[in-house]
Amino acid sequence: MSTLEIKDLHVSIDTEQGTKEILKGVSLTIKTGETHAIMGPNGSGKSTLASTIAGHPRYNVTSGSITLDGEDVLAMTVDQRARAGLFLAMQYPVEVPGVSMTNFLRTAKTAIDGEAPKLRTWTKDVKAAMAQLRIDADFTQRNVNEGFSGGEKKRVEILQLELFKPKFAILDETDSGLDVDALKVVSEGVNRAHAEGNMGTLLITHYTRILRYIKPEFVHVFVDGQVVEEGGPELADRLEEEGYDRYATGAGAATIAAADAAAQA
Amino acid sequence: MTDVTTEKARIGAPSAQPFINGFTEEGESLSPLNAAESKSPLAGDAVKRHSHGGGVGIPDSSRAGRLSSYKLADFKPLTGMEEDWRFTPLKRLRGLHTEVLNGAAPSVAVTGPDSVRIESVGRDDARIGSAAIPEDRVSANAWENFTEATVITVPAEVQVDGEVSVLLTGQGTDASAQHLVIVAEKFSKSVVVLDHQGTAVVSENVEIVVEDGAQLTVISLQEWNDDAVHASSQQVKLGRDAKFKHIVVSLGGDLVRVTPSARFTAPGAEVELFGLYFADAGQHLEQRLFVDHAVANCKSNVLYKGALQGRNAHTVWVGDVLIRKEAEGTDTYEANRNLVLTDGARADSVPNLEIETGLIAGAGHASATGRFDDEHLFYLMARGIPEKVARRLVVRGFLNEIIQQIKVPAIEERLTAAVERELAATDN
Repeated sequence: MSTLEIKDLHVSIDTEQGTKEILKGVSLTIKTGETHAIMGPNGSGKSTLASTIAGHPRYNVTSGSITLDGEDVLAMTVDQRARAGLFLAMQYPVEVPGVSMTNFLRTAKTAIDGEAPKLRTWTKDVKAAMAQLRIDADFTQRNVNEGFSGGEKKRVEILQLELFKPKFAILDETDSGLDVDALKVVSEGVNRAHAEGNMGTLLITHYTRILRYIKPEFVHVFVDGQVVEEGGPELADRLEEEGYDRYATGAGAATIAAADAAAQA
Repeated sequence: MTDVTTEKARIGAPSAQPFINGFTEEGESLSPLNAAESKSPLAGDAVKRHSHGGGVGIPDSSRAGRLSSYKLADFKPLTGMEEDWRFTPLKRLRGLHTEVLNGAAPSVAVTGPDSVRIESVGRDDARIGSAAIPEDRVSANAWENFTEATVITVPAEVQVDGEVSVLLTGQGTDASAQHLVIVAEKFSKSVVVLDHQGTAVVSENVEIVVEDGAQLTVISLQEWNDDAVHASSQQVKLGRDAKFKHIVVSLGGDLVRVTPSARFTAPGAEVELFGLYFADAGQHLEQRLFVDHAVANCKSNVLYKGALQGRNAHTVWVGDVLIRKEAEGTDTYEANRNLVLTDGARADSVPNLEIETGLIAGAGHASATGRFDDEHLFYLMARGIPEKVARRLVVRGFLNEIIQQIKVPAIEERLTAAVERELAATDN
């Protein structure tokens, strides 16, 4: 059983107009076996949270903490975080020219496990995982993400999720840009990884569509860098019907949060 | 990658738009006066406006106008101000441009199938001068001083299994001259590897003839010792429907300057020019190529990739592609990519494209010099790969695109290992 704990996280980025605060105090605790959905309108800071957990250099943590089983994640380098068991399925996976998928997958697996995978079982595992995600076998010979379609890139992210077996998977808008068939295939992959029982999942999404295939126990609504509402799966259903309109930005959002808090008390 | 410039022209499709004033469908309208002076549209008045100084006797600013001669005396002593020498540290040429090149030339050992003819000939052999004319003083100096040449002939219609290997081993630091001729006769198919090793101070002329319908690959490896100085003019002449692939790999040596040129003499021919270079601290690796589209319906594709690391590592790439007025239906693309791995290194990259006719299939040029792409690095590190390993993975991948073109497994393996050694040499 592992715990990923985010406490009062404040994150800013440097822009040409100066420093801009994006996350304004986010707290969240995820345990092994749980699936949390983070939902919110564009620009609410969902992806910033994902990238910050992974350690993207663009984001500066100004205060707050992220810990994995009590270990300070913020003190770790990007690769140390991945080796500690955090996996970010990226919204826009980058193309790495000249590095073949085979080479990349094996190098990453070796780094994460601390030893090279046994060649025969590894090749078999990769083939089987690719087949389940309906990725053509010849992708292993191609360069990482090079020339892949949007849907293919997302499937390859989930392929890595299944092969690397992280403690926590952060899926950054993995559903965006997928057609229904691809969405099903990708969701099945996440569910398979989850079903092994050793992973917690943080699912970041703009739409409720993917929640038909991946069932979260917890739903958090992000607006303007803060969690404005939290609840169970029923909250997602409500969002599907009503959209994000009822969360006015700025002061309005705070009012709703306060009202909801008062109602709950 | 940062500082990317890319230009791609696709001209020739019929256009409903009126032509720009002064231009016809075939390009700039030249006054009869200019046309009379030269068949190059960049000569005459136009050149005087663009040249540095101008006036009678000033070389043409078009690549076509560069002086070429077998006589050393026709080339003025170098000052370092010349367009084609402005990046080269002349002091480090160790006399290749000033001395009589009478030192012992690198020894030549050729191995290959019996079907290939290997001869050692004197200066008066008829094949000397069949593909090349020196285009600079150092090349002309070698031409005037070489005493014997190696001629490699792949007879007509012979398909050579395996490669012809030419091992050139340096004999010391006395300035010397070398001459090689490679003839791929009609409809032959072969691969020739020029493998430069040891210590030498040498100016080399390589003449390459690819006759009608022949297919030839020439791989020139420069794995010299650290103190070697090497200038190599490698000129190829292509016949009808000939195919030529050229791969230049420069890793070793203090100063290496390779100047390949490809000239089309009949339609339907194709050249691919590839290059890989990896410069360490203090090394100067220069490559200047010229593709002369003088006839119609030929293709050329150029890709050079380089990595640099360490203080005063310097690479130069200049790619001149000329599409003459007669060369309708030309399809050409040239690109150079450099990856700067540490501070203190310098990569110069100059893609030049001259187009004298609009009736072409395509013409493009591109150049990019950058540091590591941080997003590549982040992606790999986010998968648990340590930074050092990730950087090597990217460099290896970057250069592998050229190594993959070689298609001679033993050499591919050797170069992969050499790149690994370069990467291990400094902490990347």
